[in-house]
Amino acid sequence: MLYVVIFFLLVSVYLYCLLGGADFGAGIVELTARGASKERTKNLVSESMAPIWEANHMWLIITVVILFNAFPAIYTQVSISLYIPLILLLIGIVLRGTAFTFRHYDAIKDDSQKVYSRIFAYSSLIVTFFFGLIIGALISGKITAKPGNFIEGYITPWLNIFSISVGIFLCTLFSFIASVYLIGDSTEESIRKEFIIKAKHTTIAMVISGGIVFIASFIEKADLVVQFFSHPVSITLIIIATLVLPVLWITLGKGLIWFSRVIAGAQLLFILGGFYAIYFPTIVKIKDGANLTLFNSAAPDVTLNYLGWALIIGSFIIFPSLFYLLKIFKFKTEEE
Amino acid sequence: MTDFLAARSTMALSLGFHIIFACIGMTMPFLMVISHWFWLKRKDEVYLKLTKAWSKGVAIFFAIGAVSGTALSFELGLLWPGFMKHAGPIIGMPFSWEGTAFFVEAIFIGIFLYGWNKVNPYVHWISGLLVGISGIISGIFVVCANAWMNAPAGFDWVNGEAVNIDPFAAMFNPAWVSQTSHMTIAAFVATSFAVAGLHAFLLLKNRENKIHRKAIIIALSFGSIFAVLQPLSGDYSAKDVAKRQPIKLASMEGHFKTEKGAGLTIGGIPNEQTETTKFGIKIPYLLSFLAYGNFNSEVKGLDDFPRGNWPPVLIVHLAFQIMVACGFILAALGIFFWIFRFKWKDKLLSKRFLMITAICTPLGFIAVEAGWIVTEVGRQPWAIYNILKTVDSVTPVPGQVFHFSAFLVIYTILSIVAYWLMGRQIKVLDREG
Repeated sequence: MLYVVIFFLLVSVYLYCLLGGADFGAGIVELTARGASKERTKNLVSESMAPIWEANHMWLIITVVILFNAFPAIYTQVSISLYIPLILLLIGIVLRGTAFTFRHYDAIKDDSQKVYSRIFAYSSLIVTFFFGLIIGALISGKITAKPGNFIEGYITPWLNIFSISVGIFLCTLFSFIASVYLIGDSTEESIRKEFIIKAKHTTIAMVISGGIVFIASFIEKADLVVQFFSHPVSITLIIIATLVLPVLWITLGKGLIWFSRVIAGAQLLFILGGFYAIYFPTIVKIKDGANLTLFNSAAPDVTLNYLGWALIIGSFIIFPSLFYLLKIFKFKTEEE
Repeated sequence: MTDFLAARSTMALSLGFHIIFACIGMTMPFLMVISHWFWLKRKDEVYLKLTKAWSKGVAIFFAIGAVSGTALSFELGLLWPGFMKHAGPIIGMPFSWEGTAFFVEAIFIGIFLYGWNKVNPYVHWISGLLVGISGIISGIFVVCANAWMNAPAGFDWVNGEAVNIDPFAAMFNPAWVSQTSHMTIAAFVATSFAVAGLHAFLLLKNRENKIHRKAIIIALSFGSIFAVLQPLSGDYSAKDVAKRQPIKLASMEGHFKTEKGAGLTIGGIPNEQTETTKFGIKIPYLLSFLAYGNFNSEVKGLDDFPRGNWPPVLIVHLAFQIMVACGFILAALGIFFWIFRFKWKDKLLSKRFLMITAICTPLGFIAVEAGWIVTEVGRQPWAIYNILKTVDSVTPVPGQVFHFSAFLVIYTILSIVAYWLMGRQIKVLDREG
């Protein structure tokens, strides 16, 4: 059952990055829209995200619940060491969801719309950045179970070049996913063309910031570079991800919406998979002690059994319902 | 403010804030389903307008509930890692079921809010029903987790660690029935009467508006049933607490001295120094009877327990009195509603009735907050009753006052904005209606 639970944990992290990431990325994309395209972008994002954003963000809850249920030592250590970025992440999540909904449901559409949009866009950026920062901090090797002072315990793990570079990378990654996914949501040719260009730009940004992550890890001695090149699985996956890029550009150019979405989703899988293949089963690298892994932090078998079954049964309820939701709101645009 | 007090304040703030939106999320789908059904059956457009007006408000409250709930799932660990490292594997399961139920809720509210013309009308109606049902289910699961804190089960506590974990026994602990039923009913009562009160206020300003009339009838019909059931549920809960957490009952009642044939004190101000409760109205033998079914039963007083384990008696007692008072007022209002509905029809929706209903708008939610104060503060100093103290659960991270301040500011702003948005929605509704 441990493997079932691990599987669901990895799947929910992936789905959160894909679906929630598209959502956050949409806000970041709004931020970068200029002039006339700003209004079009906002409308597209509002319409596209409105019915599904709540469901998309559930994958975060599922991830957190699996962590505190099945891997309590990890949940606890991260809650302590990464307290500050987690609070800032939370504030961003609260502001983002409410700003987005208020923008849509304010009965009077006046200047308050600008305030909502600004909060939505900036908090999307903040959440994504801190999310990446936290991921980077987990594997930076700077988290300590026995901090000597406040800075060492609660600041250094996340306020370093490596973690920051991962934060920036995630912003480009989510913008990329959002750009690709938003293309298909619009029926206007001009908007589609605009987003195809955005998708290409964000791809380039992604590759550059990915490179920066490697450089940063070299500087901070987070040994990502060394580990990466000694893991054949990682190298393979990242090479595939890179080779798939030109394929994606071609399908985008040809207007193959669903094919492009699948490729972008696969790309995310290759990137996350390639990245995590290096570290599996470690989740938290501890500076001065044993790393916290999915195996050494696991809850007792009885807990894993109950959780495993809950997840299996739950997925028979959730996945068909989610498919139904997407069918109603997303599949129709193809036929129109 | 010490870090410990700040952490407790943050938790109280986060839970107190979230519960309002959770109650609304659990109840409104059912009110909308009723209104929507009347539209489908009677083809009276007023019901369609009402359903749509309600759904616009619900969307806003649902979003605030969702994000504040997300905050709580993180705050469990951020504030109480000492608790979560033990509790996670034991009581995590109801949280995972709550997650599934809430996921279904999030999916179907998306369909209900945005799928008006995209799906078959009856499918649309069923989505609304599913939102309500999954809301209730997720509420029950999460309250099971809280019940476990009051009635720990499904593990042995050996040398400061939990062993022999049984998640099923933990989830279906001795307090799960009384707590989940009382909370579910409370959610229905608080929301229904608040909705009725709001529409009563609006109807007073605009007597012709048919939407408000129908809204009040639906909300009060629904809410009054539960308002009358709630004292019965409360009695069941109190008997349960008398059995399992006698010190909590003693605090609720301001009952300092153990005695047989104990009297019930209504109101009054407990004083922990003098160990007396003054200014209350004492009804002889009633506490023994209510708590144990026998006028001469012994009811343990606070003096039977070590001082160090006393919860803050003043807070628990006052909160309990407020909760019960609000509950009885709403039950009475509910009974009057039915009398007016079938006997004195001219009094129904009269100016006086509308004014009273309007004044009672916040009472249900005040009762909900007071009730949570009773059960949470009444469990102190324990996080897990008689097993793990709250002070041993708190995070080592200093500067807790910043977390508290930040969320106090944010939640205050959100409350103000939500209120303002409701005002704007009502303005537009009045224009159209």
